[in-house]
Amino acid sequence: MSDARNQARAVLEGPDIHRALTRIAHEILERTRGAESVVLIGIPTRGATLAHRIAGRIAQFEGIKVPVGAIDVTMYRDDLRLRPARPLGRTELPPDGVDGRTVVLVDDVLYSGRTVRAALDALNDVGRPRAVQLATLVDRGHRELPIRADYVGKNLPTSKSEKVKVFLEETDGRDAVVLIKEDDR
Amino acid sequence: MKHHLISTGDLTRDDALLILDTAEELARVSQRSIKKLPTLRGRTVVNLFFEDSTRTRISFEAAAKRLSADVINFSAKGSSVSKGESLKDTALTLEAMGADAVVIRHSASGAPHRLATWVRGSVVNAGDGTHEHPTQALLDAFSIRRRLGRLEGLKVAVVGDVLHSRVARSNVLLLHTLGAEVTLVAPPTLLPVAVETWPCQVSYDLDAVLPKSDVVMMLRVQLERMNAAYFPSAREYSRRYGLDRDRFARLHDDAIVMHPGPMNRGMEISAEVADSPRSTIVEQVTNGVTVRMAVLYLLLGGSEPAIGGAE
Repeated sequence: MSDARNQARAVLEGPDIHRALTRIAHEILERTRGAESVVLIGIPTRGATLAHRIAGRIAQFEGIKVPVGAIDVTMYRDDLRLRPARPLGRTELPPDGVDGRTVVLVDDVLYSGRTVRAALDALNDVGRPRAVQLATLVDRGHRELPIRADYVGKNLPTSKSEKVKVFLEETDGRDAVVLIKEDDR
Repeated sequence: MKHHLISTGDLTRDDALLILDTAEELARVSQRSIKKLPTLRGRTVVNLFFEDSTRTRISFEAAAKRLSADVINFSAKGSSVSKGESLKDTALTLEAMGADAVVIRHSASGAPHRLATWVRGSVVNAGDGTHEHPTQALLDAFSIRRRLGRLEGLKVAVVGDVLHSRVARSNVLLLHTLGAEVTLVAPPTLLPVAVETWPCQVSYDLDAVLPKSDVVMMLRVQLERMNAAYFPSAREYSRRYGLDRDRFARLHDDAIVMHPGPMNRGMEISAEVADSPRSTIVEQVTNGVTVRMAVLYLLLGGSEPAIGGAE
């Protein structure tokens, strides 16, 4: 599809993302009484990047080192058979694991909720957390499962025909959340 | 549509790297307490073994089970095959049972290729005659990459009974695709016709090749196939082509020794070499399960296979 047909609009720029993550970090500290026994687990690839950023802020605010990890959910997805088999992401758990901890799952965009469901299953196979919470940079609505986020960077009303793309410095060279409108042909 | 894994020659560089990278991630799963993944739930994998091979069958079985697939083991002994059923009829029976993948080991080269024309599911070659054994080559490449960190530009010597070895052919094709330089070392009687058309060097002199090699892959002398006199005596073979302590000492310090197993200790490889820390023989077995998981996932995990040759 040509660019002329696609309208891309940045809904969050670098500073907005920074502020959103700062707020999420504060909220996590507030709601978990100083991030006690918290583990941040990102969903690759961008969720994992965001988890590291949030951990960095928590360290900066309170001087606490929160364990960070990543969990790949590809093998647990319910839509595997709708597309060709895809490459796997990296799973990296903190050395002390997740048993008895409060796991905060981190993803970039919350949409149908299916990725989070897969992540809950994947988490179940690596340990038994005391509680699981969910942080997302963008909540774009249209949930298909009874799942909601505990920490939201920005609620973004979208239509299903639109696409939300998150760019992050570490992987994409810049920070932005872009809403792409695909016009009907 | 890409469907089967019959020859490593069908794999592009990207296919092969996708398998190795997938296996690398799956290796992490093998380290945790719950090793099972739900990915192939409801899929059926048939292990169709016309030749004895405990280790390959068990490896495929473990791989399929770790991905939650249902596994049916079918061995020719004591089955309808011993009553004279043809490969085609066996295939149609499996088809009727709803096999999503058939892993086949057969003494006839080309059997998996024929099978692929009769069944709808994916066919994985687990060794056919003297032709190929692609998952063995993949696990060898994976083991090399894990030990030495790369494959590109490595010098690999494949030593021994190349003539009867499906492992050698699959390895030459795959390692060539992945950028390694392979040298086959064997007595002239144990080299196949037209070996000069293979993408590799050939040498009769193990002692000349050893000091230049990063990887030495010893092949099993297939005594069961030695119905003609390929070499004067086992002792003479061992003296010229066996990897013993003295030859091992001539390898450079980082070089590794591999063997697809089962070994004839004292024949092509001495016990001391086989058990040294620079031998990868035990981890090759562990890696076998991981690599076969990757292959089954990539063939069966999605709406269509992500790797393999087209039929």
